[in-house]
Amino acid sequence: MAHIPDGILSAPVLAAGMAVSLGGIGLGLRRLAPEAVPKAAVLSAVFFVASLVHLPAGFSSVHLILNGLMGIVLGLAAYPAIVVALLLQAMLFGFGGLVVLGVNAMNMALPALAVGMVFRAVWRPGCQRRTALLGAAAGGLAVALTAIMVAASLGLSGREFLPATNLVLLSYVPVMVVEAVFTAAAIGLIARVKPELLS
Amino acid sequence: MSVLYAEPTPLPEPKPSLVALLDPRSRVMGAVLFALAVVAAHGLAALGAALTVAVVLAFLARLAPVPTLKRLLALDGFMVVVLAMLPFTVPGSAMFDLFGLPASSEGARQAVAILLKANAVTLAMLALLGSMEVVALGHALGRLGVPERFVALFLFTTRYIAVLHQEYSRLRLAMRARAFRLHSSVHSWRAMGWLVGMLLVMSLERSERIHAAMRCRGFTGRFHLCDDSRAGWLDWGFGAAQAASLALMLVLDVS
Repeated sequence: MAHIPDGILSAPVLAAGMAVSLGGIGLGLRRLAPEAVPKAAVLSAVFFVASLVHLPAGFSSVHLILNGLMGIVLGLAAYPAIVVALLLQAMLFGFGGLVVLGVNAMNMALPALAVGMVFRAVWRPGCQRRTALLGAAAGGLAVALTAIMVAASLGLSGREFLPATNLVLLSYVPVMVVEAVFTAAAIGLIARVKPELLS
Repeated sequence: MSVLYAEPTPLPEPKPSLVALLDPRSRVMGAVLFALAVVAAHGLAALGAALTVAVVLAFLARLAPVPTLKRLLALDGFMVVVLAMLPFTVPGSAMFDLFGLPASSEGARQAVAILLKANAVTLAMLALLGSMEVVALGHALGRLGVPERFVALFLFTTRYIAVLHQEYSRLRLAMRARAFRLHSSVHSWRAMGWLVGMLLVMSLERSERIHAAMRCRGFTGRFHLCDDSRAGWLDWGFGAAQAASLALMLVLDVS
């Protein structure tokens, strides 16, 4: 439920999201060497495909957000990659909206960048257990931060949304658990097979 | 993925819809202006008019009714939680009581306004942008002044989504052949994590081959947009109709 539709958020929140996202795209693109565009595109395509997967969790199923994994693998390029994915999801499937795209991108991309930066600073090749734990922490934390940012965008848009923000936060708990396990496995595999993807 | 790249069909092509005849750039600009106007509007009359415009656009684009309605319902499912609470959290004159909680008509009005806005924007977006090939959208963005590198990233990504979706289906088939079934269990989640990890590793190697092949053909990071679509009378007509409908919404909103 990381896609907020159009019409809910207030103008200042929308403007802030748009401004942050324009900055994020600019920074991400500047750091992306022209020759690295195919690599970033292939990786962001993987994330688009993976985000279509439903995973069963308890009695319902969750959609993965994967922003933690994206931040770790793509670094700063995760921002434009997330914007591309959101744009495609909006125009093809009607998820999210058009004016709210900046806020939705910010809510997913800022946690991705933060988690990716910390992971890259802390991770060392070698110990598998440590890698898995770091991966789980990164995956879970990125979702938690996204949940907080979604709740904050709602809460800052009007007092009347404050009660709903608790429900929003609650709805992210299963996603967080699934994504922590999922990211730990994915990162563990990458660390063993292709560690250069992580550094 | 069939959403992105339509399979060639042996059937004779039907006449293109009116929306399909428009220049992709006018469709992008039309969608963005419409969304901005709808989000800025307040009055229910104006929003009702906006939804009508969106429905007309959907008919002109010949959107398939059932899948489109399903998409709108999925969107509304997202918002039910937030909207259902609005009548109880917005202060105002009580409409009815539910378990001792007064529901205000102001809150209900706001919920209806949000519902109209979200559906109008989504429907217009599906009609104007969703019916377009993604490559055309990428080119339109580029010719509207979006940075070249972003457009290149967009175009490459749409291309590889189709390729990687095939790869994903292949790996899933291999898992199914080994009797893997998705359950709500740590085992399932980890297996899917390995699957995506594997997909990432394989696609990184693929991207190295792509890069080598592109360099061999003189790729320097620039992606040339070689289409020369021009705005025709239909685009100016669409622009005029769009301007008129937005002006009508503005009048309805102010009055």
